Amino acid sequence: MIEYEPVIGLEVHAELLTRSKMFCSCAVVDSTEAEPNRYVCPVCTAQPGVLPVINRQAVEYAMMVGLALNCTINEFNQFARKSYFYPDLPKGYQISQYEHPLASNGWLEIEVGDSTRRIGIRRAHLEEDTGKLFHVGDHSLVDLNRAGVPLLEIVSEPDMRSVEEVEAYARKLRAILVYLGVNHGDMSKGVLRFEANISIRPRGSEELNTRTEIKNLNSIRSLVRATRYEIQRQIEVVESGGQVVQQTMGFDEDTGRTQAQRGKEQAHDYRYFPEPDLPPLHISREWVAEIGERLPELPDARRERFIQEFGLSLQDAVVLVADKAVADYYEAALAAGGDPKIVANWVTGELFRLMNTAGLEIGGIRVAPEALVELIALVEAGKINNNTAKEVLEIMFETGRGAEEIVEERGLAQISDSSALEVLVERVIAENPQQVQKYLGGKEGLLGWFVGQVMRETKGQANAQMVNEMFRKRLEALREG
Amino acid sequence: MTLSIEEVEHIAELAKLALTDEEKARYREQLSAILDYFNRLQAIDTDDIPPTATVLPLHTVLRDDVPHPGISREELLANTEHKENGMFRVEAILDESP
Repeated sequence: MIEYEPVIGLEVHAELLTRSKMFCSCAVVDSTEAEPNRYVCPVCTAQPGVLPVINRQAVEYAMMVGLALNCTINEFNQFARKSYFYPDLPKGYQISQYEHPLASNGWLEIEVGDSTRRIGIRRAHLEEDTGKLFHVGDHSLVDLNRAGVPLLEIVSEPDMRSVEEVEAYARKLRAILVYLGVNHGDMSKGVLRFEANISIRPRGSEELNTRTEIKNLNSIRSLVRATRYEIQRQIEVVESGGQVVQQTMGFDEDTGRTQAQRGKEQAHDYRYFPEPDLPPLHISREWVAEIGERLPELPDARRERFIQEFGLSLQDAVVLVADKAVADYYEAALAAGGDPKIVANWVTGELFRLMNTAGLEIGGIRVAPEALVELIALVEAGKINNNTAKEVLEIMFETGRGAEEIVEERGLAQISDSSALEVLVERVIAENPQQVQKYLGGKEGLLGWFVGQVMRETKGQANAQMVNEMFRKRLEALREG
Repeated sequence: MTLSIEEVEHIAELAKLALTDEEKARYREQLSAILDYFNRLQAIDTDDIPPTATVLPLHTVLRDDVPHPGISREELLANTEHKENGMFRVEAILDESP
């Protein structure tokens, strides 16, 4: 039986977080919330006699992404018209870049399991987003708030060889965009969209076979599901003696299947030509250097710093830096006095578990980093034990209240009062002469059983370490006595 | 004649124009004449001349990223009867955007 490997390239469309649009001064707003057609002007709605002007910030954001992806930032930039007819595109063409993209020939390093791989970045170019269509009954409605929002299209080489690599690439790229502050990464808002180009070939072969293109994937989850399905579909086509047909496909979220898109069979005839309304854009080497100096710390560098500075394991560091908000939360907890390793355990363990169950991102939780540190301090001071602390965190997570307050109110404080504990220790010894004899006869393993009796008596709130020590001393005294 | 009738039909489709047979024949002739003229230009040796997209003495014209109010929704929709809920109303769109 032939073993197949997929050959996958991704195109990612990222909206840039500028305040105004790509070629006009309309405000960029959350297009899922704003009232339709409130952020429009003659330029982005294609009124006659208007001229576009390039947004400097969009160019700088694109340069930042290009540099973070190890690309060459090209000196000569020319915008181009990509013509097609669709109601969400008021001009009848999209201003994009074709022969002269802003950035090219870069790479992105991804980690899958224990290995790292470099995925080539072919190009990244600036363009403008389209408006939005709402389908109602037998007609559609057009909202142009989003028309003209700056969009960066990032095109990888067909270097990915598994679904896992596709997911790692998408997550890494998203993290970089968020670290750079050029995109907020919230896919439910449509600010990050994926297209996958997929073909298959016998493993070990170097040929590039006919590929299909899956459009409009709006989440990493959809990207992963669609890619997995499409690889399997192609394998089945080939195995049954058929041939993969080059086509554009959509992904149906409900059925989990890819299917060829309806519509005209003819290849799109985009008729790219230089945009006559925009003079060329020259990006000087000085400008590139200046932007390079302004790049913030990126995920890989932060991961290394977490390992060096805080002594974290590679695995903990990778998990913590994957989401910038989590890494920021972690560092805020350290700034509040938390121990690096203990805080890392709490964040990646209990806090992540609670967030997953509640379906929340770290930005949406009610436990401030300082509050988590306060909880950990209670454990360190012996006031509560680890299990109680987990319960307290759960209450903090639900109510947003402070650890100390909860411990106080529910009487969860660990009993560390030695005179109170001594009474209990004496009682257990008095009530269990047989066990005492066995212990003295050499079954020292029973020490845990004695401690367990006191823990049960106190509903788990006794300071187990203290009780342990008390029993040992008391029983050894009996042996000698 | 440089252009075929099929090519004229393809161009008409791209321009969203519905042409009669008579118009197709007429435009075939006119467009072919234009193309013939460009073919004469093609004969000139331009190997040493970089492609010129603009003759304006300008480059790198940028604006600062500062939002300004545009036009009102009422102004935007003033010239159309095809509107609903503050949006343009168009025929049903079923296939996905290219």
